[in-house]
Amino acid sequence: MPKDTGIGAATTRREDVRFLTGRGQYTDDIQTQSECAAVFARSTVANGKIKSIDTSAAAAMPGVLAIFTGDDFAEVGGNPAGWLINSRDGTPMHEPKRPVLAHGKVRHVGDAYAAVIAETVAQARDAVEAIEADIEELPAIVDMKGALASDNYVHDEIGTNQCFDWGWIEDNRAATDEAIKNAHHVTTELVNNRLVPNAMEPRCSIGHYNPGTDEYTLHTTSQNPHLTRLLISAFVMGIPENKLTVIAPDVGGGFGSKIYHYGEEALVLAAAKKLGRTVKWTADRTEAFLTAAHGRDHVTKIELALAAEGNFLAFRTETMANVGAYLSNFSTATPTFLHGTLMAGNYTVPLVYVNVKAVFTNTAPVDAYRGAGRPEATVSLERVIDKAARELGMDPIELRRKNFVKPDQYPFASAAGLEYDSGNYDALMDQMEKVADKAGFEARRKDSEAKGLLRGFGVNAYIEACGIAPSNLVGVLGSRVGLYDAATVRVNATGNLSVMVGAHSHGQGHETVFPQVVAEMLGIEAESIDIVHGDTSKIPFGMGTYGSRSLAVCGSAVVRATEKIINKAKKIAAHMLEASDEDITLKDGVFSVAGTDKSVSFGEVA
Amino acid sequence: MTKVTMTVNGKSVSGDVEGRTLLSSFLREDLRLTGTHIGCDTSQCGACVVHVNGEAVKACTMFAVEADGAEVGTIEGQANADGSLNVIQQAFQDHHGLQCGFCTPGMVMSAAALLKDNPKPTEGEVREYLEGNICRCTGYHNIVKAIMAASGQDVTAIAAE
Repeated sequence: MPKDTGIGAATTRREDVRFLTGRGQYTDDIQTQSECAAVFARSTVANGKIKSIDTSAAAAMPGVLAIFTGDDFAEVGGNPAGWLINSRDGTPMHEPKRPVLAHGKVRHVGDAYAAVIAETVAQARDAVEAIEADIEELPAIVDMKGALASDNYVHDEIGTNQCFDWGWIEDNRAATDEAIKNAHHVTTELVNNRLVPNAMEPRCSIGHYNPGTDEYTLHTTSQNPHLTRLLISAFVMGIPENKLTVIAPDVGGGFGSKIYHYGEEALVLAAAKKLGRTVKWTADRTEAFLTAAHGRDHVTKIELALAAEGNFLAFRTETMANVGAYLSNFSTATPTFLHGTLMAGNYTVPLVYVNVKAVFTNTAPVDAYRGAGRPEATVSLERVIDKAARELGMDPIELRRKNFVKPDQYPFASAAGLEYDSGNYDALMDQMEKVADKAGFEARRKDSEAKGLLRGFGVNAYIEACGIAPSNLVGVLGSRVGLYDAATVRVNATGNLSVMVGAHSHGQGHETVFPQVVAEMLGIEAESIDIVHGDTSKIPFGMGTYGSRSLAVCGSAVVRATEKIINKAKKIAAHMLEASDEDITLKDGVFSVAGTDKSVSFGEVA
Repeated sequence: MTKVTMTVNGKSVSGDVEGRTLLSSFLREDLRLTGTHIGCDTSQCGACVVHVNGEAVKACTMFAVEADGAEVGTIEGQANADGSLNVIQQAFQDHHGLQCGFCTPGMVMSAAALLKDNPKPTEGEVREYLEGNICRCTGYHNIVKAIMAASGQDVTAIAAE
């Protein structure tokens, strides 16, 4: 086995060489002869009625090629939510249209209402300043509690600012209420603040259209190029999937914000077709702050009921989750199934009930960001547990240990609806106490005190659901896409391999680690294996990279595909060696007939 | 339009630029040296650091006309003559000092400027010098480690991860 290159080998990353020498190719690095530039006119108010947009002066500016407004996209579809959530009363969530360009109203600062295409970025910027938009500023709906009580709506047509009112697990509601009422309980209220993902590389999209073949190509900063193609094709623009190629080349970090489809991607494609030119838009940092989907923004009240000796009896949570002005693609999954299902934490608590109200506000859309719902769950649980420990005068570590799922309880059905297959939380806590030198803490605290300083000791247990799948389960829960992944392993005639993967690397090092998986299975050097990713014309399908899914889901597809290669290669080797394929073994890249000295190498079989 | 001439990575280049053209745009769009990245347009992030007459400069904060006649170095000119990674680049690879790679050119250029003036910096000096270079993936530890290693110092005691 090539231990210097297979699974577990400490190898350097092969993608580093191009990044370290300035030879990476990020979307904005792509430059073509016919390229022109798109710049967006964005709302400076959080809520406003678009009374008129006069583009005549802007259209006469030097270099201006075209100007688009919301009217140009009134007939095409909206950017949809990828996950249907039903409210407690069984009604589906509200899904107001998210247009390519704002139409009728602007709903958050940064909401784009027009786009100028010009020969250069500077000319397009100048022309954007010459657009005369008469936008009547309306009172902004920002605070979630206020939004739920208000008759001022972000989307007038739905007549409420509540997207949904979700309960998990609804059948546990009455029993949880009863448990909280009848036992000692502790209450904590938390604000899990909104944040901006801020990948180092701002978003960028380049649209290209070939009138000779009626084919579109979109280069874009995406963690998930197949999803982007699917959404543009099936929902927004109606471009047939077979006529649209989406390429996400080197991507400078995502942190969730580049999972989703954005209106700018549709705009550059529409403009490319209209003008017969390649149209590029690159966000500046201000646009990155205003428009890349934000994260978190929960306000939570959590209650923990305990028996006298500290056993947890029930957790009850009421959360308001800010989805912003429009539903971004996974915005409805994040505060619900990615959050509620983790609300039993690492504990044997018998009852969990989670209520989540998703609220529209005049703020930037919020979606999955690093951990996506799971950190929100953990911080709620662990904060209320700490408060309970203080109120009961118990050691916070002992209180957690008392309630941990024990190693002999697996598989364990959590009260929040997940089955945990294995775990040993006490062993982790033992290790933590050792590594953090808990025994020495009191001495360190006294040292600090002598210097007039305070020193604290905090602990936290955490359980994470990674690699969100399988498709049949997420489908039952409301996902509108299957969350599987795909891989193709192609053996080239000279014996090296190209592996096409649906996962997308934007810092994760897939080009280094996926070859290690294949090398380990085939017993050949990883250097002879290359990964192809990020191009819908080269890869069968894929659901991209997020939620720690690349190795768990796409890696499994790579393993399955490699197994097929091995099976086929064994048949060929058997033929070459005039043996039965059941007698062929593969070791260190060599096929042999068991019990003989007859063998043939992987390269010869190829 | 103004004609500018400068030496970039040892080669004399010239071009016609508007007064408002930034050095970063001139390098990326006119010279097609796209290793110099633009992450913020406001001199915060450091992804566009280049060398101008031997000094580290954020290329988005300088007009191309200001670099007329200057010696400019970019990430594309950093590798050894045979194309292999230079000491700093190699240390970044060896110590996993990059992930998505977007900030990396600026990090390498800043590190080179630091080590030119201060060949054996302390860990604290490296961290302070990198104040103007933002990385979103790595958490900086391995970048600091790489720069210390590139300076020939023992890095085993520097925080891991």
